[in-house]
Amino acid sequence: MSERFHDVTVTVNGEEVRERVDARTTLVDFLREELGLTGSHVGCEHGVCGACSVRLDGAVVRGCLTLAVQCDGAHVDTIEGVSDTGEIADLQRAFVERNALQCGFCTPGMLLSAQELLAAGGVPGRATIRAHLSGNYCRCTGYQAIVDAVEAVAKARSGTTP
Amino acid sequence: MKPAPFAYAKARSVAHAIELLAHDDARLLAGGQSLIATLNMRLSHPALLVDLNGVAGLDRIASKNGHLELGALVRHAQAERSAEVARGAPLIALALPHIGHPAIRNRGTIGGSLAFADPAAELPACLVALAGELDISGANGQRTIRADDFFKGLFETALAPRDVLTAIRVPAATAETRVGFAEFARRHGDYAIVGLAACARAESKRLGDLRLAYFGVGATPVRARRAERALAEGDLGAAVGALAQDLDPPSDVHATGAVKTHLAGVLLRRVARQLGQPS
Repeated sequence: MSERFHDVTVTVNGEEVRERVDARTTLVDFLREELGLTGSHVGCEHGVCGACSVRLDGAVVRGCLTLAVQCDGAHVDTIEGVSDTGEIADLQRAFVERNALQCGFCTPGMLLSAQELLAAGGVPGRATIRAHLSGNYCRCTGYQAIVDAVEAVAKARSGTTP
Repeated sequence: MKPAPFAYAKARSVAHAIELLAHDDARLLAGGQSLIATLNMRLSHPALLVDLNGVAGLDRIASKNGHLELGALVRHAQAERSAEVARGAPLIALALPHIGHPAIRNRGTIGGSLAFADPAAELPACLVALAGELDISGANGQRTIRADDFFKGLFETALAPRDVLTAIRVPAATAETRVGFAEFARRHGDYAIVGLAACARAESKRLGDLRLAYFGVGATPVRARRAERALAEGDLGAAVGALAQDLDPPSDVHATGAVKTHLAGVLLRRVARQLGQPS
């Protein structure tokens, strides 16, 4: 079937949604405009800034470089979902405590990328944290506080700090 | 910006994809990490996107007959985690962390990167350095083409409009294999200003079958053949000197051609050190 509009069924934050989508709709626009999940942000729209990061079948991807029509049958997690489940509550707390955000535009993507690294386990070095977050741009903090927060959570989760 | 309208079809098989590519102005969609960006910026506006994702069998990593084979839909992150890639293609393993960012590597594919053939991309140069080959299926059947013959020009490859790149193959590394990889980029994840992928076989006093493939210095990966001959005999100074003849990088917004040639020499010194070590 080579058509412009397609019916898709996507599990978003654990809830199944069925929608008819225009093939040209990116995943992040679908989430924001069709589902009202505006926590994922639209920044550069060409895969550079990372503000649109979401999880697709468990892997963090660019919401602007994935089409909604490609997500038929897939599981998508957004910042709303991982906030509600409490999966990243400690990370969110660490961001607030260390002032790892100012305007907050990059924060949802930053949190999802950081969580992907933290979920791999262990305590990554600061260079590894920076490399993993290199695709998420923050224009407010200068990154230092973000790296501090991620490092602190890694240590806390692995029990290396009280 | 938002993409111009297009139709979309999910290919069920490689044969189905080839059939769908008969449509006017159809484009193959793999990882989409370059294509969708160009759609968003309206630099390309195909009538039909043929989605290869989900076609069975294209995401396999397999060792066979002294070669490592990677399906075209193997994602960068999948290859990065693969023990088989680390063992059988250590050069590719070295290069992968330089490709984009983790979220890009979670989605981008090996085949997509090679078919797109960005002149500053890592994998095309790696495949040339490894003397790899590519399996292509098209309207007239299947064929295999050497990496040396695949990259034709700027974003231009041996792929015809209805061709599908299905897999790549490289000779599996042995105890004698030596590899080296280095690149200059202003920021982590950027395309390289200049990069170098190298592969050789350690012999008693020299390097056999040395291949130095530069990227970011021309329209395609560029072999530095005079430098190869000098470095194979252990003359690093002469090899660096030969780059002025081997390479003629065009100036761009990042650097002048002269700066790039200088950087190519710096990279060669770094990679030469790596080649001296067991990989």
